[in-house]
Amino acid sequence: MEEKGVIAKITGPLVVADKMRGCEMYEVIKVGEEGLLGETIRLDGNLAYIQVYEDTTGLKPGEPAIRTKAPLSVELGPGILKNFYDGVQRPLEGIRNKVGDYVKRGVYVDALDRTKKWQFVPITEEGKEIVGGDILGEVQETKVIKHKILVPPGISGKLLELKEGEFTVQDTIARIQTDGEDMELMMMHKWPVRKGRPYRDKLDPEVPLLTGQRINDTFFPIAKGGTGAIPGGFGTGKTVMQHQLARWADAQVIVYIGCGERGNEMTEVLEDFPKLIDPYSGETLMERSTLIANTSNMPVAAREASIYTGITLAEYYRDMGYDVAIQADSTSRWAEALREISGRLEEMPGEEGYPAYLATRLADFYERAGRVKTLCSDSEERIGSVTVVGAVSPPGGDFSEPVTQNTLRVTGVFWALDSSLADRRHFPAISWLRSYSLYLGDLREWFAKSTAPDFIEQREEMMGLLQKEAELQEIVQLVGADALPARERGTLEVARMIREDFLQQNAYHEIDSFCSLEKQYLMAKIILQWYDGAIEAIESGIGVEKLERMRIKDAIARMKYVPNEGFREKYEQIMKDMKDEFEELKRKEREE
Amino acid sequence: MAIDTSAREYTTIKEAAGPLIVVEEVEGVSYGEVVKIVTPGGEEKTGQVLEASKGLAVVQVFEGTSGIDTSKTRVRFTGDIMRISVSQDMVGRFFDGLGRPIDGGPEVIAEDRLPVTGDAINPAARDYPREFIQTGISTIDGMNTLVRGQKLPIFSGAGMPHNVLAAQIARQAKVLTTGEPFSVVFAAMGITHEEASFFMRDFERTGAIERMVAFLNLADDPAIERVITPRMALTTAEFLAYEYDMHILVILTDMTNYCEALREIAAAREEVPGRRGYPGYMYTDLSMNYERAGRIRGRKGSITQIPILSMPDDDITHPIPDLTGYITEGQFVLSRDLHRRGIYPPVDVLPSLSRLMDEGIGPGKTREDHAGVSNQLYAGYAEGRDMRDLVAVVGEEALTSRDRGYLEFADEFERRFVTQGRNEDRSIEETLDIGWDLLATLPEGELKRIDEHIIKKYHPRYRKAGE
Repeated sequence: MEEKGVIAKITGPLVVADKMRGCEMYEVIKVGEEGLLGETIRLDGNLAYIQVYEDTTGLKPGEPAIRTKAPLSVELGPGILKNFYDGVQRPLEGIRNKVGDYVKRGVYVDALDRTKKWQFVPITEEGKEIVGGDILGEVQETKVIKHKILVPPGISGKLLELKEGEFTVQDTIARIQTDGEDMELMMMHKWPVRKGRPYRDKLDPEVPLLTGQRINDTFFPIAKGGTGAIPGGFGTGKTVMQHQLARWADAQVIVYIGCGERGNEMTEVLEDFPKLIDPYSGETLMERSTLIANTSNMPVAAREASIYTGITLAEYYRDMGYDVAIQADSTSRWAEALREISGRLEEMPGEEGYPAYLATRLADFYERAGRVKTLCSDSEERIGSVTVVGAVSPPGGDFSEPVTQNTLRVTGVFWALDSSLADRRHFPAISWLRSYSLYLGDLREWFAKSTAPDFIEQREEMMGLLQKEAELQEIVQLVGADALPARERGTLEVARMIREDFLQQNAYHEIDSFCSLEKQYLMAKIILQWYDGAIEAIESGIGVEKLERMRIKDAIARMKYVPNEGFREKYEQIMKDMKDEFEELKRKEREE
Repeated sequence: MAIDTSAREYTTIKEAAGPLIVVEEVEGVSYGEVVKIVTPGGEEKTGQVLEASKGLAVVQVFEGTSGIDTSKTRVRFTGDIMRISVSQDMVGRFFDGLGRPIDGGPEVIAEDRLPVTGDAINPAARDYPREFIQTGISTIDGMNTLVRGQKLPIFSGAGMPHNVLAAQIARQAKVLTTGEPFSVVFAAMGITHEEASFFMRDFERTGAIERMVAFLNLADDPAIERVITPRMALTTAEFLAYEYDMHILVILTDMTNYCEALREIAAAREEVPGRRGYPGYMYTDLSMNYERAGRIRGRKGSITQIPILSMPDDDITHPIPDLTGYITEGQFVLSRDLHRRGIYPPVDVLPSLSRLMDEGIGPGKTREDHAGVSNQLYAGYAEGRDMRDLVAVVGEEALTSRDRGYLEFADEFERRFVTQGRNEDRSIEETLDIGWDLLATLPEGELKRIDEHIIKKYHPRYRKAGE
């Protein structure tokens, strides 16, 4: 029988319902005559406090609140990729087909298409003992992703029957014998968004998630299964950075969450991804992506749910053995949604009005990232990862605010966006002095093995030069650059080259947008080689002005626009030309 | 208006505080419902339900609570949410902040009655804005290009000519490819009579008034009314844009007053405040206005928004400009320093930004050299400004000739590129050509941000040789 209560009070997205005893926390409730989706977030005697994912205008006290007896869940199965959802996994294209150009309330569209048939290919055998996480078979979901149909966690038994052929997500594909009773499995299963999907073991973050962005990969790398934060005021390029990571990260699956941000930005992703080519697979980026958009003007409670929806989808693909990356833009909007609801609950506020549990919620979210051994039979082993990168939008660009600070406490990489760099149009505007990566130690070995033994040394040398530059700049401010000794002026010059020719990267340039790790390494080598040559030249008495005017510097400035393929030849060429030019300088100096 | 049978009337006001009243013993009140209030003095007011619970309703009164008592005042719940009667005939008319005609003309005969809150545009239905709007103002067209469907605010401060600039944009804005003019929907929130009549005179003088709709809530009008004024304007704009295929430019001024009204209501409700006492939901609330700008796939009309806000004490980190900047697609920042030096329009291009510029410029839209010229001007001006700071410390003698060149460049940039007349309508070609004249004063080797072949084609030196 249907259990229901009655609405007692409505204030914005929060509805209080009476006669709800027996209701569970985080249970989904259908609110009002229209059955608006909501979720209980506080219980008090007979009262249930419900956050509603849709606009509550027009609701009246006395209307029903119907229990569904299930927590907020997502549908997991083929059809997630290439899709575009709102914060509670309603497909936006489906909503558009149904009700037109505006998101109306009370509209329900299944997250996964119920009519579409998928070709299911079994890869295990009947009669086998199977456990949760085992792969029953595969479906070619998109051109690049084979969707593994998993036994849902918590289920185990003997596989009685396994079908092959074309099925919808709700058709029975397998039958298993569990304790006593037989159970039918379909390709789709549901999972509550606020509960992390189980795994067997968490592994150390030893493999980097490459992004094709020089400052990220060479200077502050993030590991597969790691967490990163990108805080920055408006106009510093958070969103461009997130788009770049979504485009070029070497993850197999991308979950992009637009959480309380601009509508046009999501449109941009929607238009770009089906056109841009993924450098790893050669197909378009859309083939490996799923998008979640709850723009700033969409209901605030659904914004709160959107990051959980996103991470649950990511965990599901992780369980198939994929490396998944999540871009959440922006977690500050999520925190504000939390604050708004908390305010309506009249909870005691913490710092800046945010609820006291902000830190716990943030930690819970970021802890769902990780590189893991997935659930499956002991005889097999699968490794998958979820990497989470969250943008943070601190008010006034002030990093001391609670969301930034609490995020930094639980994330491994800090890419600090600096508005003074953005004002100078230095992009990506990541401050090399303030940013850090806690994964450098763990990744050192991988870089040494996979690129070059001196990869990390080069990075450290460049970092040292930039530090030195910052110190020298203070002196320059007082006395001017001319007053510095020649050697120091050489340092300033090479630091400028590192900033302009290495760190600056043009996201909108066809070639520069993505820089392979090999190219990054060689570019760094060229710059450092120039520095070595310059120091040697200075010591043999050549004036700094001559070094500043070297012809090779033009080639160095333009090397970022040389394609990744064949960069090595260009590198050889530049190295040779550079050597020749230094020789020439020395010869002339001797002649004079 | 049809009489709603679900309307109920009460005289049971329990409490009146600030802009709010609490009515008890009510039944069937819905959240967001419109309320009509008649005071003992016979004055009629409008309100909206902010909180509905069993037997109790909290109502915000747009005209303020003066004259309301707790025994005789009648409160009628209309059973309907806030709506506005819209019609094509609204073009050329003036309304108050709640959408009632104030020009002495007749009531609008409604083609439709639309809810003022408006639903969110489905992100899947949006069309990415990429049509160049020529405003005739060099600092905008050349450096921070506006495109159709964009929301681009003017961050100003008390005493600066944001109104003059906004009027100039409204007057001159057109799409190059089609030459279609914009119709203007103008919403004033808490601006003075003088400011309002400046706009009206200007629109009248240029004839723009015949294709505009104005909603005026002036400084002496009820403050709480302001929270509804932009919604009235935007609902009208959506109707005209999407039902009549019109291109609408919405000017909202001054958003700072709007935010103050939000804060007043929040304080009266004893809500937990966010930064500087503004409510925690201000971001959401602002975005529900700003995000109504845009284009929709398959529909002809468009809504471009220019909100104006005055930054308290010129502080760009104040919550109002800060939250606005996080929602809008860039900003024009007016500089007090430029204004003091008599430069009009005092747009400081360095902190200004148009996020949608890249897609709106280039061959077929403006000119192929636009991106390069814009970047180079920006870089040159930024360098020149740095030099000014340096000169203040070390004196001009200490500069190299290259540095002095940039110093000169910054001055000329402000004098020739930024400065223009209040009625001067420069075409994009003129703007770019002025840019080239300035760039020609720099050594050609310094023009690193412009492609070689573009320099050969557009640099005055080669052009003259070619002619």
